[in-house]
Amino acid sequence: MTDYPGKTAVAEQGWLKAHRFLLLRRFNQFGVLFMFLLGPLFGAWLVTGTLSSSMTLDILPLTDPLLLTQSMLSGTWPAMTGLIGALLVLVFYAVLGGRVFCSWVCPVNLITDLAAWLRRRFDIRSGARLSRNLRWWLLGLVLAFPPLTGVMVWEYVNPVSMLHRGLIFGFGWAWLILLAVFLYDLFLVRRGWCGHLCPVGACYALIGAKSPVHVAATGRERCDDCMDCFDICPEPQVIKPALKGAAAGLGPRIASLDCTRCGRCIDVCSKDVFQLKIKS
Amino acid sequence: MSAPKSNAPVRQGLSRRQFIGETLKTACAVGLVGLGLGLYSRRASSLPAWALRPPGALAEEDFDGACIRCGLCVRDCPYDMLHLARLGQDIPTGTPYFIAREAGCEMCEDIPCVVACPTNALDHALTDIRDADMGLAVLIDQEACIAFQGLRCEVCFNICPVRNEAISLNLQHNARSGKHALFIPVVHSEHCTGCGKCEEACILDQAAIKVLPRHLAQGKLGEHYRLGWEQKQQAGGALVAPDAEHRYNLPEGMRYDHAGEGLIDAPASAPADTPFPANPLDSLNRRGPL
Ligand code: SF4
Ligand code: SF4
Ligand code: SF4
Ligand code: SF4
Ligand code: SF4
Repeated sequence: MTDYPGKTAVAEQGWLKAHRFLLLRRFNQFGVLFMFLLGPLFGAWLVTGTLSSSMTLDILPLTDPLLLTQSMLSGTWPAMTGLIGALLVLVFYAVLGGRVFCSWVCPVNLITDLAAWLRRRFDIRSGARLSRNLRWWLLGLVLAFPPLTGVMVWEYVNPVSMLHRGLIFGFGWAWLILLAVFLYDLFLVRRGWCGHLCPVGACYALIGAKSPVHVAATGRERCDDCMDCFDICPEPQVIKPALKGAAAGLGPRIASLDCTRCGRCIDVCSKDVFQLKIKS
Repeated sequence: MSAPKSNAPVRQGLSRRQFIGETLKTACAVGLVGLGLGLYSRRASSLPAWALRPPGALAEEDFDGACIRCGLCVRDCPYDMLHLARLGQDIPTGTPYFIAREAGCEMCEDIPCVVACPTNALDHALTDIRDADMGLAVLIDQEACIAFQGLRCEVCFNICPVRNEAISLNLQHNARSGKHALFIPVVHSEHCTGCGKCEEACILDQAAIKVLPRHLAQGKLGEHYRLGWEQKQQAGGALVAPDAEHRYNLPEGMRYDHAGEGLIDAPASAPADTPFPANPLDSLNRRGPL
């Protein structure tokens, strides 16, 4: 590995600064997992349930809105805790940016980030091209199943709940699905799952469509075209309008729904072009 | 100015055609994926008879659409007898179940599993655990159950949380010894909640009493059937013309009484309209042709 995105930033600004968002993110991801695992592993039941629906300290219900929507579309009106839980999650991600879930909470991100890192590390360039719009189609499919078939079909394969439930309640053969996602991301399509297919991420992207929290290329005139941000970004198509759109009157705000607010572009840029901002 | 204007529709036309083509291709691919998923889910969504749902669970077709596989019910069960199905098991992945023989439901008064459920897949309308319907116990193997051998067991009867209503003991004659009783456990479908405690507790190596989904365990009388004696009791009298008394072909002076008294000798006082004298010797000593 002679050259990797962020190398210049590490050299000029130090390893810690060039990884600060990554570290925060990993801390958050493992922290959330740890909270959920406290009960099953150590008998300290702060949080029960899974990301699908959980109860914290017997008082705070949180429910995945996409799952509850599927449940409702199958024809069952939820209980009050479910409704409140889904509403809290909706508000939370509507404010922070929907795909914050993907890069800061979702456990599958650990797997797909690992695949992306291995791709960069071993320079694996093979692979097919897929439309990033497929996730919207899949989201439509996921939502069409419950009213049409009465069955929550997506939950028979959903890698997100398979992984989280697997860690807390035991995997069975669910690890096969995650292995498939990993290999697919590693060899077939770069950022193939989270960046192209995952309907859970697509749903959260919609939820956060109007979020005031965003990343902006505020220092874009300093950009020296090193391409590190494009190389590290899980959704590189979102950067171009913000970074290079000055002439067309675009940016500097990264306006696309797809941006996960992972902050890696901020990390790896040695020219401090990017910033996390809150629209006033 | 004019060149781009005239070019634009051509380029747009091409790209629109491409766009529609791409969209159709994608739609087909997604449709195929959907078909595959749908077919897989049909196979994967059937619940085997040995797995029971927690109390209050909706009918299986509805449950499969409503449950979001969160595991909250499993966690809130104080007896830890519920499990979440894993991929590869015969049970729909991620859904809660229990196995009666391993640990039955203790029928908590406050039904914490139902209270925990965020989706109403476990219906919050269930407030009295005695109304739960997880299945129906059936004493399925009368050859193995030792009560049928005339031995005193009644463990299933005694452990039942709805003792004497869901299971009662039926005394029967022990034909083998001729002088003892059989204490036969009998399940009553209107009171059994399917909690599975009886199956869990049965003392045999393989339980003789098992909890099955109600649709497998329960029979149903044809709609048109009426039980005469019940109808009679409801109506306070016979609904059809009373039976004409049957006339038996009996020796003169005798009759057969339905009321259980058996063959009755008519009282001697009745005038005997018979060619035979009362004293048999008279007949024997009689002269003249017989
Ligand atoms: S633009 Fe930056 S914050 Fe957004 S997904 Fe890409 S790297 Fe992450
Ligand atoms: S009623 Fe009690 S024992 Fe039965 S499943 Fe619910 S929580 Fe568990
Ligand atoms: S609590 Fe309800 S939604 Fe969650 S797993 Fe149990 S039955 Fe399903
Ligand atoms: S399952 Fe067995 S123990 Fe439970 S209520 Fe029915 S008869 Fe009683
Ligand atoms: S516990 Fe088993 S063996 Fe004993 S009476 Fe009940 S069914 Fe028969």
